[in-house]
Amino acid sequence: MTPAAGVPRKAAPPRRSPRRTAWTRTRRGVQGVAAFLLLAELASRTGLVDRDVLPPVSSVLTEAGRLAGDVAFRTDLRATVTAWLLGLAEAVALAVPLGLLLGSLPRLEAVVRPVLEFLRPIPAVAIIPLAMLLFPDALDLKTTIVVYASCWPVLVNTLYGLREVDPVARESLASFGFGPLSVLLRVSLPSIAPFVAAGVRMSAGIALIATVSAELFASGSAGIGTFINTAGSSARMEPMLAAALWAGVLGLLGNGVLAAMEHRLFRWRTAR
Amino acid sequence: MILRLARLASLPVAFVLWEIATRRADDPFFPPPTEILARMHKDWFSGPASHLFLTGQATGNIFPSLARLLTGWAIACVLGVAVGLLAGRSPRVADHLAPLIHLFRAIPPPALAPVFLAAFKIGTEMQVATIVFGVVWPVLLNSVEGARDIDPLKLETARAFRLSRRARILRVLLPAAAPKIFAGLRLSLSTALILMVISELVGSVNGIGYLQMLAQSTTDIPGVWTCIVLLGALGLVLNATFLTLERHLLTWRGQG
Repeated sequence: MTPAAGVPRKAAPPRRSPRRTAWTRTRRGVQGVAAFLLLAELASRTGLVDRDVLPPVSSVLTEAGRLAGDVAFRTDLRATVTAWLLGLAEAVALAVPLGLLLGSLPRLEAVVRPVLEFLRPIPAVAIIPLAMLLFPDALDLKTTIVVYASCWPVLVNTLYGLREVDPVARESLASFGFGPLSVLLRVSLPSIAPFVAAGVRMSAGIALIATVSAELFASGSAGIGTFINTAGSSARMEPMLAAALWAGVLGLLGNGVLAAMEHRLFRWRTAR
Repeated sequence: MILRLARLASLPVAFVLWEIATRRADDPFFPPPTEILARMHKDWFSGPASHLFLTGQATGNIFPSLARLLTGWAIACVLGVAVGLLAGRSPRVADHLAPLIHLFRAIPPPALAPVFLAAFKIGTEMQVATIVFGVVWPVLLNSVEGARDIDPLKLETARAFRLSRRARILRVLLPAAAPKIFAGLRLSLSTALILMVISELVGSVNGIGYLQMLAQSTTDIPGVWTCIVLLGALGLVLNATFLTLERHLLTWRGQG
């Protein structure tokens, strides 16, 4: 049998102050990262993994630092951020009104929904080859892919949020003689806002993936994806990995900013 | 009644409208749907009956794509669930891994497709690596959550009955975490499809993405469209299959 029976039962762990646990967590996190960096560095330096496959982490990080000061790479970063944010904004501008329209007209929604359910599974990246032929301009190509990829979570969350609107609030306002538009502005919009925000945060991650994907194919433009592709054609690992790292940092930043905004704007919302 | 009819009719109506609009516009970039379907039939589904009517082009490209998709997804599932359950039960492991997981998850996986292409050269390894890297995170994070939120009473009962470690994991931990894990698996399946396409577009010698890129480079627009339709259908079928499986496997929870 297992030794579990012989092991003395663990006493309940002593209560720790929240600050102490936060400190422990940070310490462990740092340890984890340090161990990973060390192992990856060693694996590459000792030749356990081919250097052409996995360059030493230190040289990737040095390269990432060098790229941060590189004017050309900064142009790439800016191009990626532009397409990312523009596409995301367009997706929101498209999906929220569409969601409001479908949500307030259930009959229309019943008819349109099957068509949407049919369009949704098409992976946005499958549109890239068509968009490459349709749009000679790289920014158009990128934003189109981003809009297609990222409108779904916002649309779904808007529809979901509308279903959660307090009917009592809506009807009392209506009975006080407010028109449908004022009800929409005063009750529906404020109460769906947190759902929309959550949808936007989900979409932001998808939008970044879509941006980089489109950039891999939008030749003759600037962008992180374009940079990676160019570095890839000469199989230079360090710049490729460093650029991918910066794309990850962008993703973390975007998510962090949106989460902080959500937290600030919707602190009044107690029911999650 | 009328509503239900409208709902049933909406797809055929949309199809007819699409057909009319494209025939009216006569834009080479937007071929009519009937033309796309005819082309799909000719290219892929007009083979001999012995091959289930699939042509050589279909078997030589659709099957390798599916194989990559499912292999990558399966590897990511096993890895994600194993590490996720471990981290979910051990705060120490979870704390050590958390920053790394968050950083890696934030990297857009398509950015690594060229990296894997350079590391593995052209071929299936590169595609599978891209898929695994991209889809392991949702599985991992959901498994952590599923394992962390398990009722401690269940584990203690299992221990009191002196179930072996193996039995505790397979019979108590895994079933209790299953609903969360399945949510992660489903999300990762649709992401796997996206990454299969992107990795084949970046570099491949066969596959649906390869066919699409080939059609693109020869400005064969109906050819590009057939791949879009096929990939959409594939996404629909994968999702429906997964939901059916999930319902069968999770019926014991009384939700089926």
